[in-house]
Amino acid sequence: MQFPVRRKKLIGSSQNDLYDLYDHCLQFYGQPPLENISLTEFETFAVERLKLLKFVENLGVSFGKNSEQYGKKLEAEISSLNFPHKAELSEPKVPGGISEYDKRRKDHISHFILRLAYCQTEDLRRWFIQQEMDLFRYRFNYLLSKHKADFLHKNNLKYETVSAEEKKNLQDKLIASSYGLSGAKVQEYDVYKVPFQDALDLVRTRKVYLLAGNAYIPHYEIVTIVLNDFRTRLSKALAMTARSLPVVQSDERLQPLLSHLSHAYVGQDYSIQKNIGKISLEQIDALSVKSFPLCMRHLHKALRENHHLRHGGRMQYGLFLKGIGLSLEQALQFWRSEFVKGKVDADKFDKAYAYSVRHMFGKEGKRTDYTPYSCMKVILSNPPSQGDYHGCPFRHSDPELLKQKLQNYKVSPSGINQILELVKGMHYQLACQKYFELTHNVEDAGFSLNHPNQYFTESHKLLSGGRDIKKEVDVSQKSQENPANVPRPSQANSKQAHEEMGDLDSFFQDE
Amino acid sequence: MSTSDYDPACLPDLLPIYYRRLFPFSQYYRWLSYGGVSKNYFQNREFSFTLKDDIYVRYQSFTTQNELDKEIQKMVPYKIDIGAVYSHRPSQHNTVKSGTFQALEKELVFDIDMTDYDDVRRCCSAADICSKCWTLMTIAIRILDRALREDFGFHHLLWVYSGRRGVHCWVCDDAARKLSVAARSAVAEYLSLVKGGEETARKVVLSDPIHPFINHSLSVVEHYFQQYAIVDQDILGSKESVDKVLALLTSHIKKDLTVLYKDVKDPMKRWDKLCNLVECKKSTIKKGQYFDKEIMLQYCYPRLDVNVSKGVNHLLKSPFSVHPKTGRISVPIDLKELNTFDPFEVPTISLICEELERPRADEAEEDDMKDKENEQEAGERRRIRDYKRTSLAKYVKVFDRFLEAMARSRKGEMLKKSDLQKDF
Repeated sequence: MQFPVRRKKLIGSSQNDLYDLYDHCLQFYGQPPLENISLTEFETFAVERLKLLKFVENLGVSFGKNSEQYGKKLEAEISSLNFPHKAELSEPKVPGGISEYDKRRKDHISHFILRLAYCQTEDLRRWFIQQEMDLFRYRFNYLLSKHKADFLHKNNLKYETVSAEEKKNLQDKLIASSYGLSGAKVQEYDVYKVPFQDALDLVRTRKVYLLAGNAYIPHYEIVTIVLNDFRTRLSKALAMTARSLPVVQSDERLQPLLSHLSHAYVGQDYSIQKNIGKISLEQIDALSVKSFPLCMRHLHKALRENHHLRHGGRMQYGLFLKGIGLSLEQALQFWRSEFVKGKVDADKFDKAYAYSVRHMFGKEGKRTDYTPYSCMKVILSNPPSQGDYHGCPFRHSDPELLKQKLQNYKVSPSGINQILELVKGMHYQLACQKYFELTHNVEDAGFSLNHPNQYFTESHKLLSGGRDIKKEVDVSQKSQENPANVPRPSQANSKQAHEEMGDLDSFFQDE
Repeated sequence: MSTSDYDPACLPDLLPIYYRRLFPFSQYYRWLSYGGVSKNYFQNREFSFTLKDDIYVRYQSFTTQNELDKEIQKMVPYKIDIGAVYSHRPSQHNTVKSGTFQALEKELVFDIDMTDYDDVRRCCSAADICSKCWTLMTIAIRILDRALREDFGFHHLLWVYSGRRGVHCWVCDDAARKLSVAARSAVAEYLSLVKGGEETARKVVLSDPIHPFINHSLSVVEHYFQQYAIVDQDILGSKESVDKVLALLTSHIKKDLTVLYKDVKDPMKRWDKLCNLVECKKSTIKKGQYFDKEIMLQYCYPRLDVNVSKGVNHLLKSPFSVHPKTGRISVPIDLKELNTFDPFEVPTISLICEELERPRADEAEEDDMKDKENEQEAGERRRIRDYKRTSLAKYVKVFDRFLEAMARSRKGEMLKKSDLQKDF
């Protein structure tokens, strides 16, 4: 992939060619940009797109992706960050603002820059693809149907349609499978037939009729098939990008920039263990009540009561414990002592379960995925089934049972109501934040919750006197507000680590 | 009779006999080679063994049927798991550059485990099963088999009894083996209706319109429900179980039913009352028109572990592996005889080893051939003779038929391809 970048701003090549490329506000990002841009523009474009993608990610957790609020908020953000959303290139620009053409150019270039930053690991790729897909889905749905058809035509996307006769035979089944489909619509509009592998989102949620391995998709769901195409292409492209990455990384101007991009905004992942050994096993019971988020408190209680946890629970809780500072030896002791009280004898534990504990600490195999789970991950993946205690209680518990539990934990009735309201609105992380505020007796948590280990860290900071809360908030706020001055992640981390070590010391001295 | 004579302590003595004389290596190899269409398909397949004293070894791979046979006889695994087909030979994975050793293909698999139904079965719990709750497996197989064939278009499904408390399904079509993680996960989710852990009372929620898949599944469940749930499990008998059912309903229906049930004690009548009440209330409550269907599904619909099906590299117990605790062989299930399948009649390793010792009727002329064969062929023929004399025979036949069907289908594919080429 060509990506020449020079310090001086040079005018791009044929203006006409580029004009063609940008004649539709949406694109598949098939062709990389071939112009020269300044480093400043390079960085700005990338950071702003990243802001947009992070916004998309957070929005998706708080609101349904097809809801009105989602659409309104996303539109506002797209607009304020100067990304394209108008249908016509020729629409006049707002005075003092940026032309539609320039917005599309920014869209194009910024996407390709972020590919460089996000192609390197499975996790980064997955994250990038997910947000780009959500963004694409929103923008595609926003198009008028003639622009949708234009897009399909321009990108050579032809999907097989179902014959009138087959439609008639399957009419009832089609109507029963697809929301919003009526007899009239089936007859009048196209129904597409694609292999089920190309319509996974509809299959997963059972929103489509399947027969003999094919999914029968009504015309208005075409976005799903297009999205699938988008995902496949982007996935392949990222794999290819990863291969040419060494060349790009050898450019010293780009390397630090790209590194910041992939670390600075995906947030702290608690994969680097700090405070190892600062917590003793005896303190865990008390900590679980005072400083654990509800999900971990729940898991801990289930473990103590049943002397066992299934795989999902062991992973979620075990990694959390690693994140708060348990050493491998402590973890082994912790799990073994609990399991041995149950049906597992010490021998069996050593053979069957110790392996997976060591795995979590990176002592077995080469799995890279073992970082403590973020709220996003807990909420969105691996929902609990019968016999499981993992997941997010705000997301996965019956509201009735959640209410009872909160009552048992002595949360005030008005507090419980506030929490339940937030749960109803699907604001699970906000509900947990509210739980934090109620159990710590503060008006405002002072942070935006997105990770169980963050909950723990914030809690013990608060309980140890709140000395450093402001500082922490400033550091993280600063990095979000001044994208051009991205602080070096390594410096910030070691500073934080030092402060946290100190805090943890004083916290436990009080005990 | 003799199946109950299995003693885990005998395993070290029985396993060598089983592997030497009974394990159907040639069919097994034939299965996993899939007609030799893909190069090195068998060679790049991962197996894992659980050996004596719970020693677990992964990344076992073999180059030929003979090597597989010899190694298994040498190592005498207590349990054999099958994993994915990788990019390189699993036994050499340490020599491969990091990141390039990858799982490429594997059958799409499902694992239905009876413990996942503990909240809705009263007869047993945990690892126990009985003829009453086995119906749940029958229901699961019927529903999933239909869906995988009719909805997803798969043809080559091997259902296997796990040996203790569940069943596995191996979907072996080419297309199935090539599915991505996302696709496997989507298929598993499509097939999932019962959702929620300890913290969820009402695990099935239906709303209009009802998807054809759900309707198909409901008709299977309805067929078994009365006998299984009302009679065998007696879910509307005792107060405790009635309360559990009522917990799935809204308060007014619950109230009305509690009153009605004071006078009506017969469980079948109680169920009728429940259905009638739900029908009556249909017009008044918008949500909850399908309470009766939801209850049936919650008590009977298959519960599968999505995580087992998702991973391309997930290892699953192999057919014809022995279950160390029960001694039963993981045998293929003949769907034509599904209604009469009895897990307690599945042969144990001790039974079939014992059957081997019975006097042989017609071996005379076969002994003459011995001199003319090489060791492998002789071993194979002996083995084929041997398992045929045991209760294992009929299950190997099921496996044979399964392999035949795949072979026919491969042949059909090749003919199609060559026809297309001829036209050029």
